[in-house]
Amino acid sequence: MSLLLEPTAERVKEEKLYRGMGLTDEEFAMVEGILGRTPNYTETGIFSVMWSEHCSYKNSKVVLKKFPTEGEQVLQGPGEGAGIIDIGDGQAVVFKVESHNHPSAIEPFQGAATGVGGILRDVFSMGARPIALLNSLRFGELESERVKYLFEEVVAGIAGYGNCMGVPTVGGEIQFDPCYEANPLVNAMCVGLIDHKDIQKGQAKGVGNTVMYVGASTGRDGIHGATFASEELGEDADEKRPAVQVGDPFMEKLLLEACLELIQNDALVGIQDMGAAGLTSSSAEMASKAGSGIEMNLDLIPQREKGMTPYEMMLSESQERMLIVVEKGREQEIKEIFDRWGLLSAEVGHVTDDKRLRLLHKGEVVADLPVDALAEEAPVYHKPSKVAEYYKKFQQMENNVPVIQDTKETFLQLLKQPTIANKEWVYDQYDYMVQTNTVVEPGSDAAVLRVRGTRKALAMTTDCNSRYIYLDPEVGGQIAVAEAARNIICSGAKPLGLTDGLNYGSPEKPEIFWQLEKSTDGMSEACRVLKTPVIGGNVSLYNESHGVAIYPTPVIGMVGLVEDVDHITTQAFKQPGDVIYLLGETKSEFGGSELQKLVDGELSGKAPVLDLEEEKQRQDQLLTAIQKGLVQSAHDVAEGGLSVALAECMTSGSLGADVVVAGDAVSALFAESQSRFVVTVSPDQVADFEALVSGTKIGVVTDTAVLTVKGEEQQVILEATQEEIVEAWKGAIPCLLKSKA
Amino acid sequence: MKFAVIVFPGSNCDSDMYHAIRDGIGEEVEYVRYDETSLEGFDGVLLPGGFSYGDYLRSGAIARFAPIMDEVVAFAEAGKPVLGVCNGFQVLLEVGLLPGAMKRNDGLKFICRPTNLVVENNETKFTSNYGQGEVINIPVAHGEGNYECDEETLTKLEEQKQVVFRYEQPINGSKANIAGIVNEGGNVLGMMPHPERAVEALLGREDGLRLFQSIVKNWRESHVTTS
Repeated sequence: MSLLLEPTAERVKEEKLYRGMGLTDEEFAMVEGILGRTPNYTETGIFSVMWSEHCSYKNSKVVLKKFPTEGEQVLQGPGEGAGIIDIGDGQAVVFKVESHNHPSAIEPFQGAATGVGGILRDVFSMGARPIALLNSLRFGELESERVKYLFEEVVAGIAGYGNCMGVPTVGGEIQFDPCYEANPLVNAMCVGLIDHKDIQKGQAKGVGNTVMYVGASTGRDGIHGATFASEELGEDADEKRPAVQVGDPFMEKLLLEACLELIQNDALVGIQDMGAAGLTSSSAEMASKAGSGIEMNLDLIPQREKGMTPYEMMLSESQERMLIVVEKGREQEIKEIFDRWGLLSAEVGHVTDDKRLRLLHKGEVVADLPVDALAEEAPVYHKPSKVAEYYKKFQQMENNVPVIQDTKETFLQLLKQPTIANKEWVYDQYDYMVQTNTVVEPGSDAAVLRVRGTRKALAMTTDCNSRYIYLDPEVGGQIAVAEAARNIICSGAKPLGLTDGLNYGSPEKPEIFWQLEKSTDGMSEACRVLKTPVIGGNVSLYNESHGVAIYPTPVIGMVGLVEDVDHITTQAFKQPGDVIYLLGETKSEFGGSELQKLVDGELSGKAPVLDLEEEKQRQDQLLTAIQKGLVQSAHDVAEGGLSVALAECMTSGSLGADVVVAGDAVSALFAESQSRFVVTVSPDQVADFEALVSGTKIGVVTDTAVLTVKGEEQQVILEATQEEIVEAWKGAIPCLLKSKA
Repeated sequence: MKFAVIVFPGSNCDSDMYHAIRDGIGEEVEYVRYDETSLEGFDGVLLPGGFSYGDYLRSGAIARFAPIMDEVVAFAEAGKPVLGVCNGFQVLLEVGLLPGAMKRNDGLKFICRPTNLVVENNETKFTSNYGQGEVINIPVAHGEGNYECDEETLTKLEEQKQVVFRYEQPINGSKANIAGIVNEGGNVLGMMPHPERAVEALLGREDGLRLFQSIVKNWRESHVTTS
């Protein structure tokens, strides 16, 4: 048995076994200093997971501090399972995004499924009912069999978990680029709804109170998952398969219902999900936050395998488990709730006043560690930062207009790029309607869900154009936040705040750390101007394979409030005769654009410029016009430029557009200048609209189902029927999946 | 009229069904847990969608053994209305109140999308508010909705007009495009599409309302004549 093989403290030190768990020599020495002795094997394991990047943010803390996290609407900022924002009437919205990248690279179905399971628990451990799931996915080009396999299995994994839970998957975004070939990104976001009075905290308060373990039993799956998530994917990645957890959404559905019943019982003191680093992080963090300690008897932990060691139990990441603290003497009430749902519950320990995590096993103390050192005192690194060489080169480049042969062919090719193409193949597999609140279904700018029993609705989106961030981390970081806000505005909602999933390469490399620093600077600035505080998030570093890093990919998950369901707006054209406006200025900007990628096969140059003040002003104007009922449809102009945006407005109905544009045709059609929107207005409201919003009238909605774009001389520069548009746009992904590499 | 929504461990369309009755048609409705043993006082039973018992073994295969199911069978045998939607349909097949079985969708993927259905029989308790042959839009959301039965059963279903809803276009491989069937008594309907998701203009679909209204109308009529 593994117990017999477990190395002694001396061997851990002499043979530097701690290195294999992720601790450096310096960090191990710090642990020895804190304890005044050499840690044993179990204790070394506990320190190593708690001090992993995934749990401690030791490399990212310096940049996370920059984010604005406050606002009058914020009820809970970063630090708990998920952040919370007030939406009035005693209600609040709870949300967070989390990555599950490395597990998904190894075992895509379970990796993605348990990513969904984990983020759901983060939200319902706050006391909220999850009402929606979103995701943000990145893959290599949809050409190799491996990428197709990862893509299909990740989608199936997300669907498998979310559908079974009965939480609708309502939105997301997917980008395909070669840098994600070996290191796909799977970020899942969950949004929950809560009454203020039900908000829970993960705190182990009250000396003598009982620590209970509820949910699934503990097995040997996912051991050291948090450490695995905090290192580069190597040649031995397949050997890490045991570090991938296995999900059981049925168990989680029961756990969800039991926990929501539990929070109505005032015997509950604190609750926390056993997510990354399982029992270790939940116990140490709950005690540290409350200024208390916890003593647990590991013999009492429900176990699904025989002969598990303390090390294995403490580092297991078995899914669907929660740690709770309840008032002493009232354990039976709690047990009855879980009995009724057919779930395990066990009294495993109690709260102490000595600020230590003490673990007993077979009558012996197997670990005795200070909780603050585990949860709060991980070393903080400010890694060296260096301006990337590529960036210096790109900044010297002029904005060139790509040379294209055939405008229409280029337009149709753009619609077929999988990043732009319709994602119905994906969302067809997600139950996006369950709970019957989904007003705007997947495919528009943001998903919108009504809040039952009120006139309110919530708009939500995930967004991140990592190509711009690669070219120019600071401006790209600003754009990511601004674009998410545009999606929210276009739906008729006011942005409330955001959660971020920061995915980067190895912070040990100065140019990567520079990307992290600059992009978070840009995001912070945009958050301040657009008044969208960061209420929580997740950091995933070391997204590299064979020494190649992903593009810096800080995924933005944003939620907005629709004050009245009458304000809900979609991108689809509504009536023939409606006047089409383009808000914002088009410049010859192609750096990081879909057209540049199509023509050059690689990215270069400057990212599009962004003026945050202008952005804010335009967003405010548009939202006001929407709220006054002056807007029929609204859509932001993003990848592929104006032509693609117009096409997207046409895909769901039988209407077309007749549009005239100024300037050079390629820029007018395909440039990706920022802060632009396509908006349609009923002819009788044109005057009222123009009094509120500055924009350019570019054409009208027609009943011909043809997109016609003319130049200033009335010459046709692009003409395509809706049938051609839909065939290219809808057929692309199924076609790529069917074709053999 | 008072409805029971049966809640199995893993049911997840139970609250949608509840709201369709309470808010959609304004009738009385209560949840009844899988481990309860009485349906006294209820006039209609609704088996909701979801993943009862995680769909482990086979969809609906474990739920059929839940304590409440004896009561559901007795309720059906007494001629009272029973509607099973999605997983509820699968449970009705497993417990033998309806003939046939479900296979995985022929594409082997879960499908969630709005779907056109043809009303094949508007002379049932569940469909009298629709027109014969009317095309209605009701969404589906299932991974195992590929209806299968032997030829003899199919012939009988067709002859006795037990096929109530058919998909207008093939969607999941279902035999004869069957989307919903009733039992011989006409008081038990199983269907894969979700009428409870189509009861509100705000959510873009209302065609499901008339199904619930039909149940109530027919119950009222029979209730008046028998009392």
